[in-house]
Amino acid sequence: MSNTEGDLLHTVTADNIPDARRRFGKAIVWGSALLVAVLAIWQMAFETGRIASGFQTWRPVLYAYMLWATALCAAQVIVNGEKGKRTLFVLPAALFVISLVVFPLLFALYISFTDWNLASPNGPQPNGWDNMRQMWNDGFYWNALKNMVYYVLAVSVEYVIAFGLALLLNAQIRARKFFRVVFLLPLMLSPVAVSWMIGKSMLEIRFGPISRALREFGVEPSFFGTPEIARFMIMAMDAWTFIPFMMIMLLAGLQALPREVIEASKVDGATGWQSFREVIFPLMLPVSVTAIVIRIIFKLKLADIIINVTSGGPGGATDSVTSFIFREYRDRSNVGYGTLLAMVYLVLIVIFVTLLLKVVSRWMERPA
Amino acid sequence: MTAVFKDHDADHRVKTKWWASRIAIYAALLTWAVICLFPIFWTITTSFKLAPDVMKGNLIPWVDFTPRWKGWESLGMSPRLIGEVSTVREEFLKRFWNSTIVSLSASTLAVILGSLAAYGLSRFSYRFGFMRNSDISFFFLSQMILPPVVLALPFLVLYKSLALLDSRVGLILLYTLMVLPIVIWIMRDQFQGIPVELEEAALVDGLGIWGAFLQIVLPIALPGMVAAFILSLVLCWNEYFFAALLTATNATTLPVMVASQTGSQGINWWSMAALSSAAILPLVIVAIFLEKYIIKGMAAGAVK
Repeated sequence: MSNTEGDLLHTVTADNIPDARRRFGKAIVWGSALLVAVLAIWQMAFETGRIASGFQTWRPVLYAYMLWATALCAAQVIVNGEKGKRTLFVLPAALFVISLVVFPLLFALYISFTDWNLASPNGPQPNGWDNMRQMWNDGFYWNALKNMVYYVLAVSVEYVIAFGLALLLNAQIRARKFFRVVFLLPLMLSPVAVSWMIGKSMLEIRFGPISRALREFGVEPSFFGTPEIARFMIMAMDAWTFIPFMMIMLLAGLQALPREVIEASKVDGATGWQSFREVIFPLMLPVSVTAIVIRIIFKLKLADIIINVTSGGPGGATDSVTSFIFREYRDRSNVGYGTLLAMVYLVLIVIFVTLLLKVVSRWMERPA
Repeated sequence: MTAVFKDHDADHRVKTKWWASRIAIYAALLTWAVICLFPIFWTITTSFKLAPDVMKGNLIPWVDFTPRWKGWESLGMSPRLIGEVSTVREEFLKRFWNSTIVSLSASTLAVILGSLAAYGLSRFSYRFGFMRNSDISFFFLSQMILPPVVLALPFLVLYKSLALLDSRVGLILLYTLMVLPIVIWIMRDQFQGIPVELEEAALVDGLGIWGAFLQIVLPIALPGMVAAFILSLVLCWNEYFFAALLTATNATTLPVMVASQTGSQGINWWSMAALSSAAILPLVIVAIFLEKYIIKGMAAGAVK
């Protein structure tokens, strides 16, 4: 990202773009934008009942919008010539993300201050700060946020296991490829399948193999009865699927370490543990921090396993914010309130991740 | 290594230590391999069990129990039923097909959009208003922290008014959005590793920047693109949250089907196991054969 000063790839541009061409380029952009606006206003008027005729859905507006996006891309080249061709690399992706994220987010902001319930016939009615007040008194939401703290903290254990596995795979072993494939497999499985495979069948109280094994040892199994154990089981299942992810990042880091430094430490008489603590671990810090940060970001979206195994039970002990809002929508159709909860969560996440990045950025640089 | 002679006390000590560490390493490796494989083994074998086998906790096929096609029959996919018409199989294949189409198209779209953006960002300097290259990169990558739950409800309403609810196109758009930051993350790393001199030579030879990109850079970056594609494929195939909220009957994907069966009462273990196995098998096969690319994709960005 150090190329902000100038182009890395210099191109000589000798564009002689006639005024007529420029005007044409601008005309198609504004023309199609006008079309979008007219269609949108017409449709809006139709839906509010001011005009008798209109379209069934908003599809035509969507098509007009796509036409506008295409015109905007084409106009880059038409108006700016060679420079526009450069813009054309980034513009499609940028337009795509902006239209799919920014507009829905603005819309979400509006919904979150309404009392919209899909079951009610009235449609959205703004209700000021009511949702906010409801959230303030909603113990289950705060409980879900508290659970997220536990879930995020569990990343540290996952990291230790993943680092251990990466070290094992990096050691002098036979059948390395076999072990690598096997260790990677859990990541390939969908969390929903994992919910059944482990959560619902292997941990089944009567016939599950793990329950059976526990009974052999004289322990009466109960995996989702008490809050602590249930939360631990969810963490374990999630860890099982995602440990390979961190493991592979760390393994890549280990393989990129300068060999001479480690050998030098051996020559200097360091034991295995010493060379790990004094040499390997410090050198691995940047990779470790990257892996942990990305893993935390994924962890903040944790939901699938919870939805399918415990539905947040017992008593909300395993609820993550996402699974809680999912049920708020699915079971109660509370679109307005659910969206407010989601927006608050987004704000909290942004603050948290920004702080996290601030704190860890000093370790993300490789020590010289 | 210390030189080892055969018959001294010190050498014996070194040797025992070496053996001990070997045994410890392989024991740890095997333990974790069992942890990784057992659930998969359990699921696949259970799909061949009958009710008594499940209740008795039989584990090893042909030793503990005789494998039967019962589970697969409930999906209409046993040797006996494969020639006949089966509504369950139709249903399953429809979901399977939806999953395939959605994840393939979303990954393709994401790789195209993402590669272009990543290339642009790694070669040219842009200014969109106050945003410079690093800001634009951050804007793309920051989409990764956006929790799906924030977008889900607005999209539900939006898709309803656009008549995109319960359609594959709607899912494809969302999944593309979801994997785009990851693709950009991987591809930016790829393009930064390709020397600019190659393109400069191509420009001198009379190609335009797009010509140089398509003819010179793309072939070199192809392995990286494959890695990004496969990683996207895995994420899209397994996605549940959006699919559960935004589809109902037509565009439902496999994870939604699996989840809807889990909720039903009474343990139909063999049929659930068969369904789960069928849902995970494609990716297990992908993992076995394309492991190299998956690892490459995930390692990108970790190591600068």
